Amino acid sequence: MGAQLRVYKRRIRSVTATKKITKAMEMIAASRVVKAQRKVAASAPYATELTRAVTAVGTGSNTKHPLTTEAESATRSAVLLLTSDRGLAGAFNSNAIKAAELLTARLEAEGKEVDTYIVGRRGLAHYNFRERKVVESWSGFTDEPTYADAKKVAAPLIEAIETATEDGGVDELHIVYTEFVSMMTQNAVDGRLLPLRLEEVAEEAPKGEILPLYEFEPSAEDVLDALLPRYVESRIYNALLQSAASKHAATRRAMKSATDNAGDLITTLSRLANAARQAEITQEISEIVGGSAALADATAGSDK
Amino acid sequence: MAAELHVELVAADRSVWSGEATLVVARTTSGDIGVMPGHQPLLGVLESGPVTIRTSDGGTVVAAVHGGFVSFADNKLSLLAEIAELSDEIDVQRVERELERAKAEGDASAERRADVRLRAVSAR
Repeated sequence: MGAQLRVYKRRIRSVTATKKITKAMEMIAASRVVKAQRKVAASAPYATELTRAVTAVGTGSNTKHPLTTEAESATRSAVLLLTSDRGLAGAFNSNAIKAAELLTARLEAEGKEVDTYIVGRRGLAHYNFRERKVVESWSGFTDEPTYADAKKVAAPLIEAIETATEDGGVDELHIVYTEFVSMMTQNAVDGRLLPLRLEEVAEEAPKGEILPLYEFEPSAEDVLDALLPRYVESRIYNALLQSAASKHAATRRAMKSATDNAGDLITTLSRLANAARQAEITQEISEIVGGSAALADATAGSDK
Repeated sequence: MAAELHVELVAADRSVWSGEATLVVARTTSGDIGVMPGHQPLLGVLESGPVTIRTSDGGTVVAAVHGGFVSFADNKLSLLAEIAELSDEIDVQRVERELERAKAEGDASAERRADVRLRAVSAR
């Protein structure tokens, strides 16, 4: 076998092995998307009920709370960026990071100081490489986040917002995550989580529903005190779940195109290998024909 | 037909129980409260503890609830909790082991959680 042919054969073997791996990764990601979507759906009842309750307190009483009152001039903001722990997900992480950087630039243009909080090793690596300051980061649960993880993330953020700005607290909290629209579409979005705009929360509640006048137990303030941190946690939980579903969908898509490309590469390489083999055969034939002709000429010459 | 109210018991990551009931007893921060059909709209903060639901077919459902809220309006009662378990789901031996360990390690919150679970089982 010629050297050229051997090289092609080796490359075909290696690409075939890669294709098998990417195909397997695609199928794993596909099954994980379904699981993650199911978790998003399972968390919906809690989120809906919580939204209803927050709306009820917000509209049914004139209570003021640090989490709902806007600072007159906000000077410090926190940005929570949700990325994944692993790559191989196409532009998933870079899109989220880009959205966070745009938001940071916008906030800084408004004259605010920005504290960055990051979930996921990828985002953290990006910030560390550029030597940007990260206040706090979490990783290790981005594939399958649990409610306890969301609580862990939410705790320091709620604490920061309740601290006065002069003591290192923040006035607002923004969150950047990847919204799961469908298997094919995931968008990096940013939104302000706190201070809460109660009007917006009210819009999320089902339309045309008149909320009754509630009796609060023990009091409207205490209910709001207990309710708002839970609301923030549930929003962060929802964002974590959507981010996980999006990551798996992005991985699936990236791995599908990798598998397709490997298939194309195998086709091309097989054609080249065939041509090389054919060229080798042709060369051998012409060598044999040429050789025997030369021999015939030589014997014909010696006869004379 | 006796008056009924619809109950939804939801935890952060799943819906735990839903169905019709005639009476729901839960512990709020200001004391035990019993909700029957036609109660006035209510929104309260729950203490960790067992919640008892008398279903309309005469049965009793007990759940261990770790913090959360109770809200009632239009004959619909929602119990929201970060963690909620039905007493049937609780493995008594495991909880007792947890309680021992929590006591040994002086982990107050774990001890309280185990205690709530045990109380839910014994209230069944």
